[in-house]
Amino acid sequence: MDRPRLAVWKFASCDGCQLTLLDCEDELLDLAERLEIAHFLEAATAPAAGPYDLSLVEGSITTAQDAERIRRVRAASRYLVTIGACATAGGIQALRNNADVAEYRAVVYARPEYVETLVTSTPISAHVPVDFELRGCPIDRGQLIEVITAYLADRTPDVPRHSVCFECKRRGTVCVTVAHGTPCLGPVTHAGCGALCPAYARGCYGCFGPSDSTNLPAFVPLLRRGGLAGPDVVRVLRTFNTAAPEFDTAARQAAEEADR
Amino acid sequence: MTGDGTRQLHLGPLGRVEGEGSLHLVLRDGELAEARLAIYEPPRFFEAFLRGRGHTEPPDLTSRICGICPVAYQLSACRALEDACGVRVEGQLAALRRLLYCGEWIESQALHVHLLHAPDFFGCDSAIELARTHREDVARGLRVKQAGNAIVELLGGRAIHPVNVRLGGFHRVPAPAELRPLAELLRRARDDAEESVHWVSGFDFPDAVCDADLFALAEPDHYAVESGTPTVLRTDGDRRGSVHAFPLAEFGTHVVEHQVPYSTALHSRLDGRRHLTGSLARFAISGHRMPAGLLDLAVAGGLGDPRTGAVCRNPYRSIVIRAIEVLYAVDEALRIIDEYRPPPRPYIPVPARAATGHGATEAPRGLLYHRYMLAADGTVTDAVLVPPTAQNQGAIEADVARAVRARLAVGPPAEDAELATLSERAIRNHDPCISCSAHFLRLSVER
Repeated sequence: MDRPRLAVWKFASCDGCQLTLLDCEDELLDLAERLEIAHFLEAATAPAAGPYDLSLVEGSITTAQDAERIRRVRAASRYLVTIGACATAGGIQALRNNADVAEYRAVVYARPEYVETLVTSTPISAHVPVDFELRGCPIDRGQLIEVITAYLADRTPDVPRHSVCFECKRRGTVCVTVAHGTPCLGPVTHAGCGALCPAYARGCYGCFGPSDSTNLPAFVPLLRRGGLAGPDVVRVLRTFNTAAPEFDTAARQAAEEADR
Repeated sequence: MTGDGTRQLHLGPLGRVEGEGSLHLVLRDGELAEARLAIYEPPRFFEAFLRGRGHTEPPDLTSRICGICPVAYQLSACRALEDACGVRVEGQLAALRRLLYCGEWIESQALHVHLLHAPDFFGCDSAIELARTHREDVARGLRVKQAGNAIVELLGGRAIHPVNVRLGGFHRVPAPAELRPLAELLRRARDDAEESVHWVSGFDFPDAVCDADLFALAEPDHYAVESGTPTVLRTDGDRRGSVHAFPLAEFGTHVVEHQVPYSTALHSRLDGRRHLTGSLARFAISGHRMPAGLLDLAVAGGLGDPRTGAVCRNPYRSIVIRAIEVLYAVDEALRIIDEYRPPPRPYIPVPARAATGHGATEAPRGLLYHRYMLAADGTVTDAVLVPPTAQNQGAIEADVARAVRARLAVGPPAEDAELATLSERAIRNHDPCISCSAHFLRLSVER
């Protein structure tokens, strides 16, 4: 039987999520025997043509060429899974969505006419149908293995969508907000990291994006009560998942209130 | 081939490098007219959106420039912001930072040595293909890499974009007992790392000389990793050339970036000359600071003896230097763990003030510089980031041109495929991180 064919694609990103695959040191060589790694430029020259059984897509769409390229990737892929905050929510580069890109370009660049870019950074799902979105900036290694094995076995990945708070409880971490008044995005952030930040004595900064049942209008006042000023609330929501609709809406409201 | 004897060869996308780039060669009448390393990573505008952020934010934000060397970004940012605020992190907190950085060196250098670079010496397309004939060598590299990741995971929370670094130190520092299992792992990794030095020392190295000025941080008493003074070793034929240093605050007057139309990364020059950062430069400038045992391995590995002023300028041999740097980082990590006493506080306060600060560290692939201007309330008003691969672009292009010219000068006419392999090897010698180098730019093709 032919081995299933895996492809890894990069759009605007830092390469960290696809590096997670190479960070699977214990599984990598076995994985490579069970499936054909047909296209993975970070690890191999000589990419093979499609079709592919599973495409992992890293990065957001920020250029007209990439908007075309993702359509070709989709057409060549049986399953398409986005990996990470860039591919799933537009990434930190989506901070441009609330700014003047022409000004950005001119500020950092002597000859802006050489620079070609869209005015927005958008997730893959804004361009093509996506079968599954794996969260995180970066993604979690264990969840990546789960997603790959699930799709190769034609089953749904077991990736919980509840908030980071559940993971803190399971880990036995004392709540940093309750105990120390530390502002923490854990109550509104998607699980998957294992509640790392509270375990390291800091508040969650939301790098997995919104969980499946957020109540930002109720949550934001709690951040303020914890001592965050208006502009700080906006900043804390505007990072790696700034364009996720729940965070974006709350950040807009917080910005309006801060301006009043 | 066009009618006027011009042949254009476009290789891309390049494989086994981080990020997306391509190479454009122009041959006229059988001779190389131009070699252009084109970087087409989309722009991400970090320097623009950093303006208006708080002074505590750049370590977490800039780590997202590069998933391969996030610690380098976090610590260059910390150093620059602490410099602006007039704070120095010393003692055990500084030692823990060096330990974290050693973890990234081990991880990133072991990745390049075993998974990205070694396949070139066996004519393989990937480490997975290489593992079919050299499984134990690849598996050993993965074990070393895993030990590096274990350091970053323990100190930082996770291997990519660790969460524990902050201005002034860490959010949380480990208890000595937490580091003990890590020391066990590192002692085993040390044997593997030394075996890898022997393995790569036996490779077949093509002749090549990189004639760029070499540029790295240097420290008075040890091999520079997470701090140091910018130091330049001028090229001077076969001789060692002159060495000079300058204060980090003068970085912007010495290293000047300029834009080329075909690449989204800025090119840069050092005092008007082509320069190279990274393993070759570090070892040439600071190699004599390594312990004697490692230098004996270096001599046996064909690098020459830096204690006698020898300089290795062969980029293919950078794989030996990287393997030795991994071993050095393992030893350093073990030393720091052995001497570790928990500091009284996980961080020292870094109150904001209106000032400009400079920070530089040795990312695995070369010197990474950050500069921030702060308002009195800590708001970032200006940010400049100069990554190593942007600095190295000119030297890499020159290396490719030299390799192609040397091949065209001898033997039968070269096929495109052969030139492609030759050029890609010349590029991979420098472990370019293209994601880093093009953190805000995008090319439009010149026609």
